[in-house]
Amino acid sequence: MGILTPDPGLVFWTSLSFITLLLILRKYAWKPILRALKVREEYIEFSLKDAEQAKEEIRKMAETRKQMMNAARLEREGLIREARELKEEIIEEARAAAKLEAARMVEKAREQIDRERKEAVANIRQQVGLMSLEIAEKILKEELVSEEKQQSVIEKYLQQVDFN
Amino acid sequence: MRALKNLVFLLLFFVPVLAFAAPEETKEDAPEFDVTGMIMHHIGDAYDFHIISFTNGRGEKVHVSLPLPVIIWHEGHLQIFMSSRFQGGAALVAAGDDYLKLYHEKVYLTDAEGTIYYDDAHQVLNPKPLNLSITKNVASMLLASLLLAMVFISVARVYAKRGGLSVPKGLQLAIEPVVLYIRDDIVGAQIDKDKVNKFLPFLLTVFFFIWFNNMLGLIPFFPGGANMSGNISFTLTLAVFTFFATNLFGSRHYWKEILWPPGAPVYVKLFLIPIEFIGMFTKPFALMLRLFANITAGHIIVLSLTSIIFVLQSIYVAPLSVLLSLMIFSLEFLVALLQAYIFTLLSALFIGLAVNEHH
Repeated sequence: MGILTPDPGLVFWTSLSFITLLLILRKYAWKPILRALKVREEYIEFSLKDAEQAKEEIRKMAETRKQMMNAARLEREGLIREARELKEEIIEEARAAAKLEAARMVEKAREQIDRERKEAVANIRQQVGLMSLEIAEKILKEELVSEEKQQSVIEKYLQQVDFN
Repeated sequence: MRALKNLVFLLLFFVPVLAFAAPEETKEDAPEFDVTGMIMHHIGDAYDFHIISFTNGRGEKVHVSLPLPVIIWHEGHLQIFMSSRFQGGAALVAAGDDYLKLYHEKVYLTDAEGTIYYDDAHQVLNPKPLNLSITKNVASMLLASLLLAMVFISVARVYAKRGGLSVPKGLQLAIEPVVLYIRDDIVGAQIDKDKVNKFLPFLLTVFFFIWFNNMLGLIPFFPGGANMSGNISFTLTLAVFTFFATNLFGSRHYWKEILWPPGAPVYVKLFLIPIEFIGMFTKPFALMLRLFANITAGHIIVLSLTSIIFVLQSIYVAPLSVLLSLMIFSLEFLVALLQAYIFTLLSALFIGLAVNEHH
């Protein structure tokens, strides 16, 4: 069987070219190619890790922001509630004060009215007295025009007066 | 790539100069077409690189081929001459006291008359000299090696120049996935991580060496068409390299498994030791036969299918024959890659079994 018998010449040349090729390719081809591929892989791995880290950081920041916003919202709500309470308090106070003032003013007015009414009454009474006197004077003047009348009045009065 | 163009140009330029024409009379009563002889001639080796044969205007058959250097070491003398001196076997070449004769594409030592002795089984009895000739197969392999070196060194230069971070382009795009696949899915999957780098150059070289030689063997015309990777010498050599890679770097665990298999009673061990010992050799042996048989079988099938036309001597069978052979031919492109893959994978597996700390 010719094709099953190895030929020493072919074995020699195959060995020689394979070993030469192996040495040449190892130094000038595989080394640079594999190194470049490794560099790229490491770069990608590093970048991915970096991206992952950045993502984590962003997630943390979002978390912090959310927390801060939550806190701010709570604070705002507190402030608003406080302000509302304060407002109501102030209004209540003002209302109370106003009520008090109004009452006071009403009282004062009432007093004044009272006083003025009394004054007026006194005044009227005085006027009435004066007017009565004048009327009486006039009546007297008219009544006592004649002697007889004067006499009769004096008598009348005198009769009325009980000297006892 | 300019170098490649130059090379092709060089070949095209020199071929007509080197080629020699050996006209011979066309026989009128052509003998029956010898399929076996033709196929064996094609898958075998030769001392010249056949380019083309044609019948010229005078009805003479002309063979144009590229003569290759014959290198013979005989009786302490190195003899180098072009194979054209054999004149296709017609002429003897003196070597010391003996003569060299080219007979059925093999060089034998003969006497001055060029007598060939046969035994009963019609095998040639003449001794062979130590023959380191650049035969057709060797030339094809050297060409494949040259292509391989040029392709990968140019790609490596691009990597070195552009750095690993740039987007790959051109040949890089074709090479890179294959290299990555071999590194990660063939070698990385079989061999421990810390030892991958030690064997990776070897296995990468094996893969591409086999693949390039397979592909070059599939090119049906000059300078392809040699059957180097389907030659037992070629596969034997590579299998021996795998054998060395396996056994020279074998771990203590590996040798213990062979010399004193653990976990078995002593009488079983006595049976296991020879089996394990034979196993050391059967693994590369299988590698050798598988590659040889697959590639040679592919060549034989393609040639056989084409031969149908000449056996039946009918042009009407040609479309079917060509179609079938085209199908097998396409399959052979797959086989060329597949066998390189299998050889590399199994080599990595054997090395991994030997050098890994745990299994």
